[in-house]
Amino acid sequence: MQENVTQDPEERQRDASASGAPAVPSTRDGQVQTQALEAKGQKATGERKPIFGLEKVGVAYGGVPAVREVDFPIYQHQITALIGPSGCGKSTLIRCLNRMNDLIPAAKVTGKVNYHGEDLYGSDVDPVQVRKRIGMVFQKPNPFPKSIYDNIAFGPRVLGQKGDMDEIVESALRRGALWDEVKDRLKTNAFGMSGGQQQRLCIARALATDPDVILMDEPCSALDPISTGRIEDLMLELRENYSIVIVTHNMQQAARVSNMTAFFTVELDEDEKHRTGRVVEYDDTEKIFTNPSDDRTEAYVTGKVG
Amino acid sequence: MSVAEAGVTRKAVERTTRGQQVRELGFRAALLFSLSFGFLALAVLLIDVILDGASLISYDFLTRFPSQIFPERSGISSALQGTLYLMVLTAVFIVPVGLATAVYLEEYADRERWWNQLVEVNIQNLAAVPSIVYGILGLTFIVRGALDLGAVLLAGALTLGLLVLPVVIVVAREAIRAVPSSIREGSMALGATQWQTIWKQTLPGALPGIATGVILALSRAIGETAPLILVGAIAFVPFNPDPNPAEGQYSAIPITILSSVSNPDRDVQALASGAIIVLLAILLVMNAGAVYLRNRYEQKW
Repeated sequence: MQENVTQDPEERQRDASASGAPAVPSTRDGQVQTQALEAKGQKATGERKPIFGLEKVGVAYGGVPAVREVDFPIYQHQITALIGPSGCGKSTLIRCLNRMNDLIPAAKVTGKVNYHGEDLYGSDVDPVQVRKRIGMVFQKPNPFPKSIYDNIAFGPRVLGQKGDMDEIVESALRRGALWDEVKDRLKTNAFGMSGGQQQRLCIARALATDPDVILMDEPCSALDPISTGRIEDLMLELRENYSIVIVTHNMQQAARVSNMTAFFTVELDEDEKHRTGRVVEYDDTEKIFTNPSDDRTEAYVTGKVG
Repeated sequence: MSVAEAGVTRKAVERTTRGQQVRELGFRAALLFSLSFGFLALAVLLIDVILDGASLISYDFLTRFPSQIFPERSGISSALQGTLYLMVLTAVFIVPVGLATAVYLEEYADRERWWNQLVEVNIQNLAAVPSIVYGILGLTFIVRGALDLGAVLLAGALTLGLLVLPVVIVVAREAIRAVPSSIREGSMALGATQWQTIWKQTLPGALPGIATGVILALSRAIGETAPLILVGAIAFVPFNPDPNPAEGQYSAIPITILSSVSNPDRDVQALASGAIIVLLAILLVMNAGAVYLRNRYEQKW
């Protein structure tokens, strides 16, 4: 698979293996935090397996391009962050990865999205089957108006999963780091939970169907810092078994949890009519936040713009 | 004359002027006056009907058959049962058809397509068509013509169903639209099909609103008189409706009311008041049910 990134792959891998414990400033407590970065480590630095290959991917809504010419691989068992200013198409792009854009009639995807080497948009691919393998967590927690138990059980039930539903629910809630908080009130309505709990419920709900990839579209933007911290810890745990792609407006969050970061920007089109998102730089998170190749990335991650 | 012109120093808080107070009072009086119109009219109607008809209400009144010869021994059994049977059949007809139409228009129809736009405009306009037109439609296509059912209860129920179908569709669409798209997305993102999402998420979420709409539609249908006259409901039916809705003659309370008030005999006219009370009682129960459903099951998103 061809990678079209701003840096050649060999060089990037050398960089990655060289950086042991990079010190990226985090402003969470106003002090430098290296802990999170150390903890997340680089798994199998030398050999990353791509799970998604994006080739010249573009999305247009009713003929107006929202994002175009996205070209990069997304690796297995890593957290890949998509960052950039509002309107740069990062949410639009993440919705291509599980064909959620199909639900918007006006949206049209061009280019190629490969998943394990298969074209996700191939004519014989059923988007429902795609979404079984690639789960998604949304910006605003969206529990169903049902009990906690039924929220988790919904996915396995509609997919016709066999097995003891109680076990499936418990296992998903444990993986979602929610079991201890809710085990005594599984039958109560999920709307009675706090926002942070609701979002972890949505993550657990996605885990219950045993997906391969979890897409997260600004999962913490509606949450307070403590809930955000818990979800970030959860993401780092989940990385062991799942591949995660996260859209975030919070640069510290991208720096804290992700292995790879893609920086998007908005540009006026040639005819200066539409604003379209493009990828400026895609690289190891350390590189993006400490020594980006592009001036625009540097200006954004250091807070000069955006 | 403004404060500044008069050269007076501005106070921190201006006092209300006499003129403002008067205007405020006048405005309120106008609102109350308008309100009293509707309220008084309803109160007078109710009191008048209850004074005339309350003495008639008894078990016998509900179980006896109408009689022009002995109005004092008359009852509305056939009309009451006819009305209830009509409502049940109308509901059986409009719930599936109205729901399916609403689901199609909200979840499947591509609004860009001209035929879907045509359907939408049609439904909105159908809701405003006078009921007598539906009566003629029922007479032409259901009683005679294509279906040729004859002047039977089923024909009346189908006609009333057609009449209130636009209302059901509009209300059901609103209820479906009120289910946030985040619920649909959440369901689809788990790998549920569109049909599973509609059946297990959207419709349950919309159900309280849909049920309320169906009840309100039925409470419109229950009072309709004109279309029933056209499709052949009869005023004096000395027997209860046949269990088979495609057999036999039938009556309905609005028909009884109309024929009673137009009868020259004052005793027969009094029957109308009794029938009105029964009709209002049924309406009240139905609307109370709608309010209860809405308060009890309505989903706050």
